[in-house]
Amino acid sequence: MRTAAASLDLVRPRSVDDALRSIADDPSLAPIAGCTDVFVGLNAGTFAGTRFLDLWPLEELREIGIRNGAISIGALATHTAIQESPAVVSRVPILAAACREIGGAQIQNRGTLGGNVANGSPAGDTLPVLAVAEAVVVLRSATQERRIPFTSFFTGYRQTVRRPDELIVAFELPPLDQVQWFRKVGTRAAQAISKVVMAVVGGERPRVAVGSVAPTVIRCTRTEAALAGGATFDEASRIVESEVQPIDDLRSTADYRRRVCGNLLRRFGTETQR
Amino acid sequence: MPVVGTNVPRKDAAEKVTGSAKYVDDLAFPGMLHARTIRSTIARGRIRDVRLPFDRAGYTVVDYRDIPGRNAVALIEDDQPLLVEREIRHVAEPIVLLAHQDRDALLRARVEIECEPLEAIFDPQQSVQVLKDLRIVKGDVDAALARTDVIVEGEYRTGHQEQLYIEPNGVIAVPENGGITVYGSLQCPFYVHKALRIALGFPADRIRVVQTETGGGFGGKEEYPSVIAAHAALLALKSKRPVKLVYDRLEDMLATTKRHPSIVRHRTGVTRDGDLVAMDIDVLMDGGAYVTLSPVVLSRGAIHAAGPYRCDHVRIAARAVATNTPPNGAFRGFGAPQTQFALEVHMERIAETLGMDPARFRELNALRPGDTTATGQRVEADCSALQVLEQAAQRSDFHAKRERYAGTNRGIGLALFFHGAGFTGSGEVTLASRAALATSERGVRILVGSAEIGQGTRTMHAQIVADSLGIPYDDVETALPDTSSVPDSGPTVASRTCMVVGGILQRCAEELRARIGDLHPAEHFRRHGPTVVTKQYEPPHGIRWDDDTYRGDAYATYAWACDVAEVEMDPDTYEIRPIHFTAVQDIGKAIHPTLVAGQIEGGTAQGIGYALLEEVVMRDGAMANAQMTNYLVPTTLDTPTMDVVIVETPSHHGPFGAKGVGEMPIDGPAPAIVNAIRHLGLDIRQIPATPERIAEAACVSV
Repeated sequence: MRTAAASLDLVRPRSVDDALRSIADDPSLAPIAGCTDVFVGLNAGTFAGTRFLDLWPLEELREIGIRNGAISIGALATHTAIQESPAVVSRVPILAAACREIGGAQIQNRGTLGGNVANGSPAGDTLPVLAVAEAVVVLRSATQERRIPFTSFFTGYRQTVRRPDELIVAFELPPLDQVQWFRKVGTRAAQAISKVVMAVVGGERPRVAVGSVAPTVIRCTRTEAALAGGATFDEASRIVESEVQPIDDLRSTADYRRRVCGNLLRRFGTETQR
Repeated sequence: MPVVGTNVPRKDAAEKVTGSAKYVDDLAFPGMLHARTIRSTIARGRIRDVRLPFDRAGYTVVDYRDIPGRNAVALIEDDQPLLVEREIRHVAEPIVLLAHQDRDALLRARVEIECEPLEAIFDPQQSVQVLKDLRIVKGDVDAALARTDVIVEGEYRTGHQEQLYIEPNGVIAVPENGGITVYGSLQCPFYVHKALRIALGFPADRIRVVQTETGGGFGGKEEYPSVIAAHAALLALKSKRPVKLVYDRLEDMLATTKRHPSIVRHRTGVTRDGDLVAMDIDVLMDGGAYVTLSPVVLSRGAIHAAGPYRCDHVRIAARAVATNTPPNGAFRGFGAPQTQFALEVHMERIAETLGMDPARFRELNALRPGDTTATGQRVEADCSALQVLEQAAQRSDFHAKRERYAGTNRGIGLALFFHGAGFTGSGEVTLASRAALATSERGVRILVGSAEIGQGTRTMHAQIVADSLGIPYDDVETALPDTSSVPDSGPTVASRTCMVVGGILQRCAEELRARIGDLHPAEHFRRHGPTVVTKQYEPPHGIRWDDDTYRGDAYATYAWACDVAEVEMDPDTYEIRPIHFTAVQDIGKAIHPTLVAGQIEGGTAQGIGYALLEEVVMRDGAMANAQMTNYLVPTTLDTPTMDVVIVETPSHHGPFGAKGVGEMPIDGPAPAIVNAIRHLGLDIRQIPATPERIAEAACVSV
């Protein structure tokens, strides 16, 4: 049942520092920005929190730029802004591709990269891209800033290493020169939630990440090792099928997801090799 | 200048486009309360105790003891209670109603319901509670089957489907003049009126039902508004305040009706040359927890189960059974999409067995004028099954594409189908609908209970009246469907609003013209004051139907259609994308061609969803994916280009030759698409044909 709106509290910080102080004082505050996930949860009565920290007005967290050779994307960069960023489009086109697949135009205008990650859904469309891009998550608290490899960020289903007094402020993506590939499978052609979402980076050190097939987005390290060791894509497909751990749920079946993972990897092979 | 057959501006266009049209949730009344429904969370059980552990000041609380009349949703049977007394028969069954002026206060109130759970039945094949069964018998099936060369058998399944009108169910009940007025989003104001009369025990003149602008229905607002209207009325009577009860999407999907799931078995005898000899058909429909409209859904489904084909020996055994899910109900097509899906996929398999071209096989067996249907009805000169088949095959380049696509990821398939217009059997005679025309300052005012639910009722009726009277379209007005001021023209269902109600209006116009002579009705109004002409439905001559034997003229006439679907399969994801669609549909006469094309395109899109995407996931008797994020309906990107061809073979039963158009378009897409998938080499006999099911079939086929 829908959550009663009057039972909710909203704190509106004036700056990032102000936000960090608020969350240090009251770690029960749930950071929110575009609210594209929050409203769904409140509407269905499944969102546990009642106290919110509204980050949306903090312009300084929206920047997309190049720093020390890496692209830095502010946590509040929207999916629309990411698609429109020349830096992203030229260096990590698969991130723009992933953002283009999220919801519809309205969701893309409100939803943020930080929100997609913080929400922690294993079906988050940008997550496999961040995983293969070996992104770094920049976490900041009132007292310190730390950089966590994206692949270490999630610890379980919707669980992360973020401490209650920290905010995700940015993502840093190192240069990516190898061939990159992305595919979302959601059955409906638009406005769909992923049944399988895969990102792959080729080259000497191949990287394969898949969403919606385990409690968190996963890097398929055995598959990567096999590919690095010269395995064929048929062989690698069989490995990726055994490496993912999908379940039957509302949206799809474990069998289907497993088989599609194998097919997608094979497709990456045929589309990008020779 | 005549307007029938032209694309005049919709009567409701300006208000809807500018946003000034008022839907029920746009309305507010002084002192209005908001309402909430407390529902069961188990599929079957007995209520032991209901506790309301909150301060009840400011709240109005209603349970079954507050019902002044009968605790029943008056429809075909009275088995469904408005509010559960003791026995729960499905999840989301209403038990207690709350009202409060503050929506948040409503959400905060906690109601505890203690139940003793009982074993529930979800598999219709396990159910022994038959809601309705019927048999249609023509010739001697057993004897005919015993002497045929080839027998093809098969079982076909269809799932629930959610109507997903854009505006959820909602009403406002206002106590006034010693009675109650209900404003609501609904298709059938007089159904609601009757239900209120029985629930409240009020005389008819103390109940008034007014249809507000309605954001779609598709059958989903045929019977359910009776429930929600009675709930709001009970709260309004108890609180003596106006009460608004509007469902949100989740509640609407969880609690209201869906299309009946079906299991249809076919056993068909056919000669090696492809002549149908005998059709033995078994239809099972899952009615859910109460009777509601299941008998009539089953009836239409059964009558359409043998399709638009001639066959001397037909036996159709059909039954609807109860399960512990929310009652299934009216949905565009009303049983016919289920049975025609089964038949058309089965016909494809027969053609395949015979090694025959699927269009040729249908051509051999399609009904021609003078042939008889399964119920023994002789179809008239407007039977155009052969023409639509031929035209669809030509337009779509069916045969060339069938060869060209062979062995690729593309497939092409067709479905031939028909749809009876108006109520089944003696239904229209029993309804005895009335419509009226009144002269006005402007010209003439249409008085009907037919609801505009987006399909164009007001526009189409005004066109019929304008031309029948010989006055400009702009001089025709339409009264609000308000039971206190319009006659009961029957429910807005069954593809009857044009053919049946439009036909009565045409007769009203003819009589009005005879009465006022050559004068413009506005001039007559100025000189003589108001003139009102009311007419009642008159059954066409020579129409006979026997409800006991299911023999005779099931419908005054039928519309005929052929769909051709072209699909492409993604070999990696097993997703089926329709790439082109040809819909050739003979609806007698397109009063407003753009609206007709809209009905065909919309029904086709809804049928594509039914075929490929829309899966109601039931867990323990509850829809587990009651959200638009997880219940997938097609977007524009999932809908292919459509070549819509409107064929006009006039029927003498409808105004200007018109038949029904609203429902037929949803009968064909699912079998056409599944037959196109069959062309890919995949044996699918169940919809929706989700990628998961395609993957399974691909695994078997490889």
